[in-house]
Amino acid sequence: MFEGISVPVIAKHFRFQWEPAQECYVLLYPEGMVKLNDSAGEILSCCGNQVSVDEIVEKLSKKFPDAHTLPEEVREFFEVAYEKQWINFD
Amino acid sequence: MKNSGSTLIDRPGSPLWLLAELTYRCPLQCPYCSNPTDMAAIKDELSTEEWLKVIREARELGAVQLGFSGGEPLVRQDLELLVAEGHKLGYYTNLITSGIGMDAGRVAALKQAGLDHIQLSFQAGSEDVNNIFAGSGKAFEKKLVIARAVKDQGYPMVLNFVLHRDNIDELEDILALSEALGADYVELANTQYHGWGLQNRDALMPSEEQLQRAEALTNEYREEHPRGMTLYFVVPDYYEARPKPCMNGWGSMFLTIAPDGLALPCHSARDLPIDFPHVRDMSVSDIWYHSTAFNFFRGDDWMKEPCSSCPEKEKDFGGCRCQAYLLTGDAANTDPVCSKSPQHGQITDAVARANCQTKVDVPLLFRNMKNSRTLIAKG
Ligand code: SF4
Ligand code: SF4
Repeated sequence: MFEGISVPVIAKHFRFQWEPAQECYVLLYPEGMVKLNDSAGEILSCCGNQVSVDEIVEKLSKKFPDAHTLPEEVREFFEVAYEKQWINFD
Repeated sequence: MKNSGSTLIDRPGSPLWLLAELTYRCPLQCPYCSNPTDMAAIKDELSTEEWLKVIREARELGAVQLGFSGGEPLVRQDLELLVAEGHKLGYYTNLITSGIGMDAGRVAALKQAGLDHIQLSFQAGSEDVNNIFAGSGKAFEKKLVIARAVKDQGYPMVLNFVLHRDNIDELEDILALSEALGADYVELANTQYHGWGLQNRDALMPSEEQLQRAEALTNEYREEHPRGMTLYFVVPDYYEARPKPCMNGWGSMFLTIAPDGLALPCHSARDLPIDFPHVRDMSVSDIWYHSTAFNFFRGDDWMKEPCSSCPEKEKDFGGCRCQAYLLTGDAANTDPVCSKSPQHGQITDAVARANCQTKVDVPLLFRNMKNSRTLIAKG
């Protein structure tokens, strides 16, 4: 489905933003909204600017040095997000 | 310490949806339109400034989806401006339109303003039925042109068809038309019997056989085209044993502002004998959290039997308040669609009439200002 060098981008017609009223990141799409948990929010906020999956893992590992399962978590999240059509890979 | 119940109900969540019904004016005359039948008496549309204020205040409260509807929202020449403000504030902006009043230039201008999504409604899958129901001989042709313009701007193609007795049998045409237009999502929504729809209920309600055939065709399409158009089939609640969880609960996430600034928990609520607040008199925040009207049916203290002791009350909130009022005369009653409602016979009678072999054709009452005035005069 994707590799370390794949570049995840948020799908067309979706908008990702921080919602102060919900106190979380959300994805908005036609007539709906998904509230994201903290890790999903962190991961998606790294997407864009041609950043690859590996680079996202690296960046987040620096930010959360104690999260040992982080690489797997990021990959799992991208699998789910791709299945739900929130993201595509360039 | 004992408390007095309702005062300690958790503070309701913020509204997520702002539906801006910009106007009741519309060039079409669909007999299932959900607008109030007394719309001819409702004047004094909000000004651009007033709409901007509403849009800002609802966003501050946390609303994320902004829908522009009507009537036909394109009638308002300030639509682009309102869209631009909504977009700037971080809303996901949706336009719910019949397409009449749009041309390629206007689609481009809306795109430029930041409009995220357009839902285009058709009245049928064929030109003749479409135009009869739209009450306009040119509607279909115009819609085809607009649909292409919408697609050209890179929007997902979201089509809406309201299904009823006279178009539900042409579902094949509807699907073929949708495919030809490159639709991504198709909403096949059975008529809801509010507003003009209730006036025309006997003329519009499909028979059970018609309904089953349409559902079967929909499922067949889904199976044969796993990566095809996404179809949403909305079943008419008259044919179900349980009501829909209307608006996901009164005042829980939806805020509708009517063309004249009346604030409503759903677009049909205007029919209820409740004094709804007005955005000219109150801030959106006061309306949402503190007005009597928005607190009227929050929680479940207001419920009557059989709802109040029913284990399913968390699931459907007792159904639709407007339907309860329109059919039983008391908005706090169980929605008569529920088979547990003592007034459920009203629903089964209407369904029986729709299934009667010798059913006589009932004339349609078209949605227009003239018919609205006639209905008002009749009281
Ligand atoms: S349902 Fe028909 S008549 Fe009513 S607002 Fe929509 S297009 Fe106009
Ligand atoms: S009785 Fe009321 S709460 Fe129970 S299922 Fe019927 S409508 Fe819902």
